Amino acid sequence: MTAHALIVAMILFVLGLAGLLARRNIVYMLLSIEIMLNAASLAFIAAGSRWAAPDGQVMFFFILAFAAAEASVALAILLQLSDRFRTVDADAVSEMRH
Amino acid sequence: MEFLFYIAAAVSVIATARVVTHLHAVHALLYLVVAMMALSLMFYLLGAPFAAVLEIIIYAGAIVVLFVFVVMLLNQGPLTVEQERRWLPRGAWLGPGLLALLLLGEVAFLIAFGSAVPSDVGSLAPKTVGLSLYGPYIIGVELASMLLLPGLIGAYHVGRRLARGDRQA
Amino acid sequence: MLHLVPFIPALPFGGFLLLTLLGGRLSRRELTWIGVGSVGGSALLTALIAIPFLHGLPEAPSYSGRLWTWIDTAGLTAGMGWHLDALSLLMTLVITGVGFLIHLYSTEYMADDEGYRRFFAYMNLFVGSMLTLVLADNLLLLYLGWEGVGLCSYLLIGFWYRDPANGAAAQKAFIVTRTGDTALAVGLLLLFMELHTLSIQQAQTLAAGAWPIGSGIATAVAALLLAGAVGKSAQVPLQVWLPDAMAGPTPVSALIHAATMVTAGVYLIARLHGLFVLAPAVMGAVAIIGTVTLLLAGFSALVQRDIKRVLAYSTISQIGYMFLALGVGAWSAALFHFLTHACFKALLFLAAGAVILAVHHEQDIFRMGGLRRHSPVVFWTFLAGAAALSGLPLVTAGFYSKDWILWSVWSSPQGGRWLWAGGVLGAFLTALYSFRLVFRVFFGPRRAEPAWTPGRATRIPLVVLAALSLTVGLFEIPSTLGPVPLFSMYLSHALPLLHEPAAEDESSHEAAQQTVVTMASLAGVAVAAWMFLGRRRALETVASHPIAGAFARLWFDGWGFDRLYARLFVWPWHAVTREGTDGFDLLYDRLAGAVRSAHYWLTVTQTGQVRWYAASVALGALLMLVLAL
Repeated sequence: MTAHALIVAMILFVLGLAGLLARRNIVYMLLSIEIMLNAASLAFIAAGSRWAAPDGQVMFFFILAFAAAEASVALAILLQLSDRFRTVDADAVSEMRH
Repeated sequence: MEFLFYIAAAVSVIATARVVTHLHAVHALLYLVVAMMALSLMFYLLGAPFAAVLEIIIYAGAIVVLFVFVVMLLNQGPLTVEQERRWLPRGAWLGPGLLALLLLGEVAFLIAFGSAVPSDVGSLAPKTVGLSLYGPYIIGVELASMLLLPGLIGAYHVGRRLARGDRQA
Repeated sequence: MLHLVPFIPALPFGGFLLLTLLGGRLSRRELTWIGVGSVGGSALLTALIAIPFLHGLPEAPSYSGRLWTWIDTAGLTAGMGWHLDALSLLMTLVITGVGFLIHLYSTEYMADDEGYRRFFAYMNLFVGSMLTLVLADNLLLLYLGWEGVGLCSYLLIGFWYRDPANGAAAQKAFIVTRTGDTALAVGLLLLFMELHTLSIQQAQTLAAGAWPIGSGIATAVAALLLAGAVGKSAQVPLQVWLPDAMAGPTPVSALIHAATMVTAGVYLIARLHGLFVLAPAVMGAVAIIGTVTLLLAGFSALVQRDIKRVLAYSTISQIGYMFLALGVGAWSAALFHFLTHACFKALLFLAAGAVILAVHHEQDIFRMGGLRRHSPVVFWTFLAGAAALSGLPLVTAGFYSKDWILWSVWSSPQGGRWLWAGGVLGAFLTALYSFRLVFRVFFGPRRAEPAWTPGRATRIPLVVLAALSLTVGLFEIPSTLGPVPLFSMYLSHALPLLHEPAAEDESSHEAAQQTVVTMASLAGVAVAAWMFLGRRRALETVASHPIAGAFARLWFDGWGFDRLYARLFVWPWHAVTREGTDGFDLLYDRLAGAVRSAHYWLTVTQTGQVRWYAASVALGALLMLVLAL
């Protein structure tokens, strides 16, 4: 079951990656990132349960904390962005270039 | 038990695919909740009941609600579906899809033909996890707290509405 | 009572913090109370601690304690620990006692200075660091205090920083002493590498067991420690900084550059005597350095025009005596001279400061004269100090300490007739330049109209120090004059005695030796009177002779050490750095150019599009997995 769980995690991860790269709306990009984080959690938990070691779940908690911090800051930035530029298009805001 | 796992896996994959392809933001979020429920079930079946509960409470509960609020604030309702369709032509999927498939193929190859992965599954009590978290991983807990505090402050600072004069035209 | 020892350095440190952090809001009166009170409290505490310590001395020769662990890593343990024994108590008494008197004096001397608060903050920091140095139970803490006093010395020499010359003098002092400090640091590291301990007591015990006498490692460690002591105590060849250090305010010269900091080298050698006795070659070097220094500085002091520079050279010379005593193993004699020197040299500096203030900040003794009648207190105390410095027999402290040193040199197996002869010649020179000062400044025609008369805060320290300069010698009276070995008994609890008490047949030698030393001192006074009193015809005859003139110029420049060092070290360095592009520059230019072009090519990828960045990360992950396959 572990191998299958890992494969499912990988499928979810690449789905998230494809979404992140294909979508232009920042809301969907953030959703894709959440999906990728979830996929990573699944891989950690699967591996942890295989070895009957708590480390996998510990990593899950860290991912959880990270995701909470990331989502709050990213959504705040998103609000600010739509307020200033009147758009949620990731391609439209590319002022920080060389 | 096995078939439960495969059903959950199928549900999560399909729901996730819908999340990334859907044009309506609120619907996409609902699919995300479904995917997380399925993931939570998989966690439970993999012997991590506490992680499963947290997945529901924090991901599906807190983070998704945060997204819902933001989507409401941004007015990402039915009106923007057309815009999304414009932004997302069929061809846009080609490159990312290829890249993702390549990645998937590689990892699948590694999992299938790499060193053998045994498949027995043990269950871990939350107590063990907690002991480990506050034992050898205590520095990680401290770091996480250090991450969350600036996250809180940053979200407050960045997210506050600008005074009218500061806005760009 | 004895557990209160950590408060002795803590009080001045507290004063420093108070003055620094909230000094801006305090009135001048409160500043004075904090600045002087912290050191006064420390002096009082030391006196209170000294009483039970002296009572328990025979049974308990030392007290140690530890406040907290400072560093504990990979075998290196160093604590904030203190070690109080007869030696460190003596140093502490002098530092806090003389320090308090000088602080008191400063309230009047610095009264009109805009940097009043800064001055007392630095002075308190200095006293705290110096106390850390002498009370430390391990070498790392001692080194912390050592560098702390060096820093304060730098800050206070350059106290009037608006004049670039003062800043240059401060930097010179800092850099020259740093040469020695580096050697000291290397020595401590070597010691730690060999013995795996930094505890002062433990290191000496271990070294005595592990290193045979005269072994290479013992000699190397002792020589490196000696280099540090030489730098701090302004001995040849690192003596060049002290005369220039007189750029600081006069109380600073009295406290730091006469009484306490410059004797840190003497303390270091006495504290680590267990290491030095393992290296007889280095002990010999200590004695020779001391003798050479006391002679060179004595000659230089003869011809200086600046009153403070005379005293500075005299300080170098007197510390030379202490080194001479240390070199022949007469630890107690060296520390006795430290004690008397701290009293009379601080007194001389403070009295000189009063003179300088009286004649409108004029320091040239050729423009002074006849100040005897203007302020009798200053005259009589200065005279007492000069008499003690010259070692006038029986009535002054300097006589007893200098006599003890010279007798030890004569009788010690490590001593020698040449060293002794140098010391006696030095005694003659000391008397000559001391009374040259007295006759130039206080006798003869009046050349400047004195304006300022010393107040109470000036007179009290002068009188107290003068009394000490005359009486402190009575703690140790040689056997020929009825033995009073109080001081050597006291110090024998911390330092080994030089040799057994003198046998009967030696006392006639001792008496003869004393007569010679006394005659040398008196001859110096007599020559000074002959040359500098009255018409001064003898002086003019000597000064007009071309050879004498050449020597006088050489001595005035401090034997040309500054020019020698400029040619040896400063000029080559300037020559190397002045060239625009050497090989290293070219190398660094190339490196910078490469970085710049690489930067340019990398910034092309900086598109500002988040999705491009995400794709780059994904591609990177893909590549890594390909490598893993």
